[in-house]
Amino acid sequence: MTHDEALAQFLLRMGDNTLILGHRVSEWCGHAPVLEEDIALANIALDLIGQTQMWLGLAGQIQGGQSADDLAFLRDAWDFRNVLLVEVPNGDFGRTIMRQFLFDAWHSIVLEQLQSSADDRVAAIAAKARKEVAYHLERSRDTVVGLGDGTEESHSRMQGALDYLWPYVGEMFAVDEVDAIMTDAGVAPNPFDLRAQYDALIEKVMTKATLTIPENRFAHKGGRDGRMHTEHLGHLLTQMQWLQRAYPGASW
Amino acid sequence: MRVSTDQVWEWLEAVPDPEIPVISVVDLGIVRDVRWDAETLKVIVTPTYSGCPATSVINMDIETALRDHGVEHLKIETSISPPWTTEWLSEQGRAKLEKYGIAPPQPAGGPQRCPHCGSKAVQKVSQFGSTPCKAHWRCTECMEPFDYFKCI
Ligand SMILES: [Zn+2]
Repeated sequence: MTHDEALAQFLLRMGDNTLILGHRVSEWCGHAPVLEEDIALANIALDLIGQTQMWLGLAGQIQGGQSADDLAFLRDAWDFRNVLLVEVPNGDFGRTIMRQFLFDAWHSIVLEQLQSSADDRVAAIAAKARKEVAYHLERSRDTVVGLGDGTEESHSRMQGALDYLWPYVGEMFAVDEVDAIMTDAGVAPNPFDLRAQYDALIEKVMTKATLTIPENRFAHKGGRDGRMHTEHLGHLLTQMQWLQRAYPGASW
Repeated sequence: MRVSTDQVWEWLEAVPDPEIPVISVVDLGIVRDVRWDAETLKVIVTPTYSGCPATSVINMDIETALRDHGVEHLKIETSISPPWTTEWLSEQGRAKLEKYGIAPPQPAGGPQRCPHCGSKAVQKVSQFGSTPCKAHWRCTECMEPFDYFKCI
């Protein structure tokens, strides 16, 4: 695998994570339990889609002239490189918030590191995205604490959400050939090396939220290398891509 | 026609932000540079938030304004580095925001006072508000909600 091939895969992973999570979160628009949450979720989705334009824009440029829109709307499920965590359905509000926190925690740590990437283009995107993600993390963290240490009902839902989502966390720290090339070139940190910082943050917040982190470290994998997505991704794409598939090339 | 860049800055000061029309794109600190490259005028713009839907409207408004002033060869370039910060908001812009009812950003991370009554008894409702650049706060003195232009 050449450097540019690995770089393109790395960028697709970053951009597909933000694209698929951005789409999932946008599904709440008009449906959140209260207006403030509706607005917060829509704004977070918007930031994530904006970051997608930068990551996929650069990926397309490196791959030879595709636009971010081409990559978002014209690829099929097996071409996506997002972790499975971001494609699981929203479930209830608690599960959506828990998924957001588990992702935001990783996202903020990786972006912090990417700011000093040897690739200036990657560093610039990370520096821009990091500022936005700081607000995402603040909100998802506080909401996890509020609901976890809330009523009996909210507590049990948040514990259920953590138990359900925990097996999807490990994939964010998996390492393969793409990561090895990126780490050697100083473009990106070794994903595995972020785990200790991540675990410390999760533990601190879950303790405050009175939630118990499952002991099992089993990890569902297959998203970030495209080997096997969940069936949910295909369903998501039928919604996200239908317009470009029904009316190819349609524009505003 | 090659007008001075000072003149161009003056024209841009009259281009309002589409979402907060009381301040200009120059007040907002998103116009990073104006320069002539041979016969082409280059305007370098940086987005506030990466997903801000106003970005494309702003570029269009800048283009329309400069074309109306007779600029023929114009190129608007987007730059994301260094990333936009609320520290680039002009003093004039901050004053206009407050008068309009939006609390200007503060290094402390929250509004200094209620933009309606001036009370310091304010409370955060949400980190997110009606546009990506704003948070939602309320005043416990006059009981009015208000937008806070959050630091980034
Ligand atoms: Zn007040």
